[in-house]
Amino acid sequence: MSDQKTISHFPEIKEPLLIKRSSPGKNTRVCPAPFEHCALHDLDPAEKLPDLPDVSEVETVRHFTRLSRLNYGIDHGMYPLGSCTMKYNPKISEDIAGRLQAIHPADSIAMNSILKYCQSLQRYLQEICGMDACCLWPAAGAHGELTGMMTIKKAIEKSGAAKNTVLIPDTAHGTNPSSCAIAGFTTKAIPSGEEGFLTASILKDHLSQDVAALMITNPNTLGIFEREIAEIARLLHENGSYLYMDGANLNAIMGIARPSDMGVDCMHVNLHKTFGTPHGGGGPGSGPVLVTKELEPFLPAPVIVQDDSGEYSLSWDLPDSIGMVHSCLGNVNVLIKALVYLLSLGADGLKDASIRASLNANYLKSRLKKSFDLPFATPTLHEFVLSDRLQKAAEVTTMDMAKALMEFGFHPPTVYFPLVVSGAIMIEPTETEPIEELDRFVQAMETIARTSSEDPQSLHDTPRGCPVTRVDEVWAARNLLLTWSMNESKGEDLVSK
Amino acid sequence: MSYACLTQECLATILDAIGIDTPEEVFSSIPEDLRYDSRLDIKGPLDEESLRREFICDTANVVFAGGGIYRHHIPALVNAIASRQEFLTAYTPYQPEISQGTLQAIFEYQSMMASLTGMDVANASMYDGATALAEAALMAAKIRGIKRIIVSRATHPAYRMVLKTYLAHMQDISLVEVPFDPDSGQTDMKAFAEMVDTDAAVFVQQPNYFGVIEPMDDIAAKAFHAGFWGMVVTEAISLGLLKNPGSYNPDVVIGDAQSFGNPPGAGGPLLGFFCVNKKHVRRMPGRIIGLTSDTRERQAFCLTLATREQHIRREKATSNICTNQGLCALRAALYLSAMGPAGLRQAATQCASGARYLMNALKDKGIAPVFSAPVFHEFVIPLAPEKFDSLRKDGIVGGIPISSHYPEIGDACLVNVTEMNTKEDCECLIRRL
Repeated sequence: MSDQKTISHFPEIKEPLLIKRSSPGKNTRVCPAPFEHCALHDLDPAEKLPDLPDVSEVETVRHFTRLSRLNYGIDHGMYPLGSCTMKYNPKISEDIAGRLQAIHPADSIAMNSILKYCQSLQRYLQEICGMDACCLWPAAGAHGELTGMMTIKKAIEKSGAAKNTVLIPDTAHGTNPSSCAIAGFTTKAIPSGEEGFLTASILKDHLSQDVAALMITNPNTLGIFEREIAEIARLLHENGSYLYMDGANLNAIMGIARPSDMGVDCMHVNLHKTFGTPHGGGGPGSGPVLVTKELEPFLPAPVIVQDDSGEYSLSWDLPDSIGMVHSCLGNVNVLIKALVYLLSLGADGLKDASIRASLNANYLKSRLKKSFDLPFATPTLHEFVLSDRLQKAAEVTTMDMAKALMEFGFHPPTVYFPLVVSGAIMIEPTETEPIEELDRFVQAMETIARTSSEDPQSLHDTPRGCPVTRVDEVWAARNLLLTWSMNESKGEDLVSK
Repeated sequence: MSYACLTQECLATILDAIGIDTPEEVFSSIPEDLRYDSRLDIKGPLDEESLRREFICDTANVVFAGGGIYRHHIPALVNAIASRQEFLTAYTPYQPEISQGTLQAIFEYQSMMASLTGMDVANASMYDGATALAEAALMAAKIRGIKRIIVSRATHPAYRMVLKTYLAHMQDISLVEVPFDPDSGQTDMKAFAEMVDTDAAVFVQQPNYFGVIEPMDDIAAKAFHAGFWGMVVTEAISLGLLKNPGSYNPDVVIGDAQSFGNPPGAGGPLLGFFCVNKKHVRRMPGRIIGLTSDTRERQAFCLTLATREQHIRREKATSNICTNQGLCALRAALYLSAMGPAGLRQAATQCASGARYLMNALKDKGIAPVFSAPVFHEFVIPLAPEKFDSLRKDGIVGGIPISSHYPEIGDACLVNVTEMNTKEDCECLIRRL
């Protein structure tokens, strides 16, 4: 590995905790003070000032700028996290949405425009998925799952049926069973078929009267299209059960196939994946829910309504609704960014994105399968899963290879997921990677494969060119230093070790 | 435009490597009858200037609306730093070696939130204050013996509605409201004392939805006998002035910290926060960042206590939350660092002083507040519904009409003053009432 040219994005920075720069009186900010200060004895104020760092503006700016340089973002390079769809985040979306941030939701005239945008977004998402109705308020994918499953729960209760089990294939994301449990369902994991997709015959083995729904990701987390989904939907419907689709991988099928045609009753999409809104280092995302006409009455409140004069407003008059799932309108600003994205691509651009996303992934797969184990030969769309089976002979694991990729200036793929593949490496390049970057990724992976037999230790030692080397996560969980003061009370000091 | 770049030459290379003749063949695994053969009905593609024109929006200049979403001064450095792509476009920090920036910044956010609330630990964020309250109630409901969730009716109505949604399927847990005193606007202490028991988890908002300061010493003394108790803070700026919630020894302090460096945003993104005492840390929902070291013994940060979370525990996880409000938490850390101890205190003091200024001016005009107890920076006045529209025509958002949530109060308006308002704004409002 030593002769490999690495692209280091990272400077040599050791940035202490901000509190260590604090000293009384350093912050000289002049804050707005339009009113004379009242005594405020009636509020029985705290005697001491809040315990926050007292630092100058330049120290704050430099501290966080230095921290930013310890991070890897999409604008640095390829970020092939499988099922996360880390595509380029258009700057124009930030620019436009950024101008709409000062609006208070009680401003009825401004909100008329905002609700108009929201309704356009609903309509476009319905068009892409073929679904009848949409709720934009869930703030993230898992929040969408929970909302969708609550919607199904309410519909089942209303029908008087006693159905409480949700079947979930073993390739599912962990949020699926977790969201079902919080919505009050019992979950049952079912195996996917030998070829990496769920077959109707497997479903039949598990389909009982108690089954409320099947929750399936399509294309699934192996990147495989669930080709028996229409028959699966038919069986479920015959049984009085619903088909829920996790739309995490919608980026593979925009304008190519619509969930409604597959028999989907309820689904969520991730705007921060498919529609190019930034993930912000962990959010805010957005997870709108889409349903059929039958489930529409149970969607969360409020709904957007338009009166005869064309004015938009919100209605809470929904007798069968599950109720509110967010204190206001979800991550509205993210909704705006997604709408800008949709309009900037248009119908043809969206279809083109799905085609190119699948082409890019298949290009990588066709080249990488020569050096890595490909556990499923079934055709895939926008992502695929390799394993570390071949490299394990030399005791090189998926973790080693993920860390080694950082040396080449890449963010690693999703690793050790899905759980059905031992040592999984799940790669989703997205449509926005140019072929040169894909080729560079292939070269990096091939070098890693070669190094794993020639010099495995050098892979165990990666990453070396990052701000830190491998991190002791076990120590973190045992010692639980979760704040500055917990660190202080632990004694001086882990940091200066 | 799909932001993809693929020349005909590249396309040929790719098709050749895959072993197909046309791009569409890449979808051969999708059954024919499931293919969509029409064109989606979506406007576009629009160029950047046309896009801008689609999003022109008339925004009011003078705003007195709060109600859980507040307008505060945001130091310019907050936008400058939070829009750096390294923070903006990164994913959840699963790979700590190349995510130390996000990890340390959120660790610092956790530290500042724990300090401000007077609690041991803060998580890395929740979607908003309402879902934070719902998750706190779910956490309480798992504690042995808890049968009732008691919440003051003076708690934000939307928070109570979200709570109801989340608890709907739990047949063995009932949701009960404590009334408020119609004169003071505070939680009715007599009713509260009668309802609190060891089989109850209680939640009280401070300042409450009416802006009124609750008698926290009395409430805490009684809540101490509950099986679990939590404080709700929808206006985080109040933490800069009032005694910290931790001094009342609650099990959790949850709420919304949108006010820390996050604009109203037409309703979101907001910033749910979740703080607990150490004994509850393993029951806590959401991501938590911990301090540790790397193999060279240097300071490093990573996600920790993952064994509570959905990707490990699946259906047994403490919560299903995965993506949270990371960038909003970063903005809060930036805001608190920029404002500092004195700046935060001043913002809070200005809010409270401004509310008193407007309240006195309204009294001079014969408009008395509905409730008698002291307020932080919001208060309720009687106001006819049609008045809101006429004010807005003059570019003023006069507040939030609250009678649909509180019919017992009659036609009323929740008025909020922050350091973003001026005396001229106040005169402007008063003249039109």
